[in-house]
Amino acid sequence: MFLKKLVLAGAMSALMSSTAYAGCGISSGSIRVLANDFPALHAVVAGAEACAGDGVEFTKNHTEDHRNIQVAALTANPAEYTSAVVANGSIVPLMNEGLLRPLDDLVAKHGGSLQKHQLVTIDGKVMAIAFMANAQHLFVRTDILEQVGIETPTTYEEVVAAAEAIRAAGIMEYPFAMNTKAGWNLAEEFVNMYMGTGASMFADGSAEATINNEHGVATLNMIKALVEYSNPDFLTFDSNATQALWESGELAMATLWGSRGGAILDDEGSSEAVTGTTALVGAPTWGGGDTPASTLWWDGWTIAKNISDEDAEATFIAMMNGISTDMVKANNDLAVWLIDGYQPGPAAAGIAATASSGTDSYPMLPYMGLMHTALGAELSEFLQGSESAEQALADVEAAYTTAAKEQGFLQ
Amino acid sequence: MKHRTFIWFILPSMAAMILFIALPIISVFIQSLFVEHEQVLKITENCGPFGCKQETSVDTEATEQLRREAPLGQFNWLATYTNRSHLAFAELAEAWRSSESLNDFATRVMNLPFYKALAFTLSYTFIVTPFVILLGLAIALGVNALPRMVKGPTIFVSLLPMIVTPLVGSLILFWMIDAEGIIGATLQILFDDPDLSLKASPTLTWITLFVYGIWHSAPFSFIVFYAGLQTVPTDTLEAAMIDGATRWQRLRYVVVPYMTPLVTFITLMQLMDNFRVFEPIVGFSAQANATSLSWIIYNDLRGYDQQLFGSAAATSMMTILGVAILLAPVLIRTWSEFNRKVV
Repeated sequence: MFLKKLVLAGAMSALMSSTAYAGCGISSGSIRVLANDFPALHAVVAGAEACAGDGVEFTKNHTEDHRNIQVAALTANPAEYTSAVVANGSIVPLMNEGLLRPLDDLVAKHGGSLQKHQLVTIDGKVMAIAFMANAQHLFVRTDILEQVGIETPTTYEEVVAAAEAIRAAGIMEYPFAMNTKAGWNLAEEFVNMYMGTGASMFADGSAEATINNEHGVATLNMIKALVEYSNPDFLTFDSNATQALWESGELAMATLWGSRGGAILDDEGSSEAVTGTTALVGAPTWGGGDTPASTLWWDGWTIAKNISDEDAEATFIAMMNGISTDMVKANNDLAVWLIDGYQPGPAAAGIAATASSGTDSYPMLPYMGLMHTALGAELSEFLQGSESAEQALADVEAAYTTAAKEQGFLQ
Repeated sequence: MKHRTFIWFILPSMAAMILFIALPIISVFIQSLFVEHEQVLKITENCGPFGCKQETSVDTEATEQLRREAPLGQFNWLATYTNRSHLAFAELAEAWRSSESLNDFATRVMNLPFYKALAFTLSYTFIVTPFVILLGLAIALGVNALPRMVKGPTIFVSLLPMIVTPLVGSLILFWMIDAEGIIGATLQILFDDPDLSLKASPTLTWITLFVYGIWHSAPFSFIVFYAGLQTVPTDTLEAAMIDGATRWQRLRYVVVPYMTPLVTFITLMQLMDNFRVFEPIVGFSAQANATSLSWIIYNDLRGYDQQLFGSAAATSMMTILGVAILLAPVLIRTWSEFNRKVV
């Protein structure tokens, strides 16, 4: 009996203390957040949740399926969620359907602490507030590069040479990896590598694909040259697989998401011998170009159109509380924050180097998702050696054109 | 039974079937005849954390206007069925015209997503189904001959592969066949080939998926056959023994003919199940080497940002048609046998 009372008392005091934190200046309204599921977003949404209580209703849904449900959820009137946390890829379908609320008024009223670069404007209107950045870049093991006497590579040609030297020295048979799982991941590698050529993927001002050219062929050949030094299972490698390979010390160089840096450098899942010699450096260039072969991604939050003005304002204030300087100070190493008060640590070095050397952001084009899908489905045969690069690119264009016609982007 | 009574008798189930089976199929068919509206595009200046640039975006107001006028989208008749993602008539004709040999033509056809998926789906169906039936019968006969004491535990253990959720089962095996996993590493030692990978080559991936399919479905046919074995009349078996029939002859001429209806039942179920093979492809991350019709539907509906509803609907209709064609011979045979019995 006593034990039960004690537990109840504990629960009550926990409840009391959490309401004690409330008070972001909202007294009513409903805040419902849809977000992807990783620690940095948990920290942001938890910051917004601190505004709950006192007549403010708060619900959240962290799910990896957010992209699949966001359009349907925000189309409803009133929308199922008042705020969707998006990235520069996933904001596009919401924009295509016109489901987001321009935030200019709310920014003027409550967004005093925002920095100019956090405002994502589309056609002159603020549509999202960005709070963190991400990019794929190179991870290297300095001890292994020292063994073969090679400096940290700055181009992919140097990466291939270094991989060959490591293999020739008998240190590792497969020293390199990137996220080459057939589907989204492989397509992302192609887009990144293609960006390094500086060429455009579409004809100007239209949805017509223009990747079947010498840049596309060179891109595919570069990727193929790299996966020669990857384990033969490379078509099943996603972020979880490559992170595990890195942490087990089986790789000397890898192109991975910067957001994995924190997890790789921490003291879990790996040994000091690996983490102590892991360096995060900028994305390499290639083919004599000066644009790094990578794309910059931001994560930010938006506010739904189909909700009451009162809920929109409450959500804005709560989400502003989620990206406060206090939140950043408490969670400094979870992400590369775009927020005032952020102290870049070693896990951020790669993204910072990539962003500062002129890398392009991932295209916010309405038909980019269709291109990404087509790339993911049609490139694996080339990498397995059963198809020519020209044929693979022709297949991508054909698959993309079919989908773009069905979606109404091409006639 | 009077017609009126009969109609009232089946009305509830008829209503349920129309509501839950016929109407959804009709709605999917209608969906497959339409594609999205033309998207009105405009150039806008977009800015973000990494600077500003001119980008194309959708003019939502103008597109919304088009949508209001015709909510279903643009009528496309059967063009979705014949486009490159499906039956690809134009591409087939082109391949036929320009290919130098039959082999070249086959390579080009296998480069089209629908035919590639169909090839795997049919291979899977026609390889896994007979193995499941034979293996299930063999296990059932084996278990039936066991002493009563160990029968219960053996049946339970034999059923385990079916109890495991397909996606979870295939994920567990995926990690076991990894080069670092217990099966993958053992195979490398057995074949003395450090580069052997079940995930890398298309042939080995196909074989892995077939073996998984047999492993997963054999318990189903085992349990059906085992139940059937309990009803084989012992007098006939004893009579056969007195006549000097060997164990094999008793199996061939008494047990198997007696179980024919069960074989038909399992064949029907397995053809349907295997034709819509899906989970192992996701579980084994095998989409680079093997795709199926169901996987294509999934891929259309889980596009990264946009869903191709018309395309998915067209593939669904063709899957239904495929199942109907597959089942037709078995159903016709059952029907004619039924008629013979009535007469």
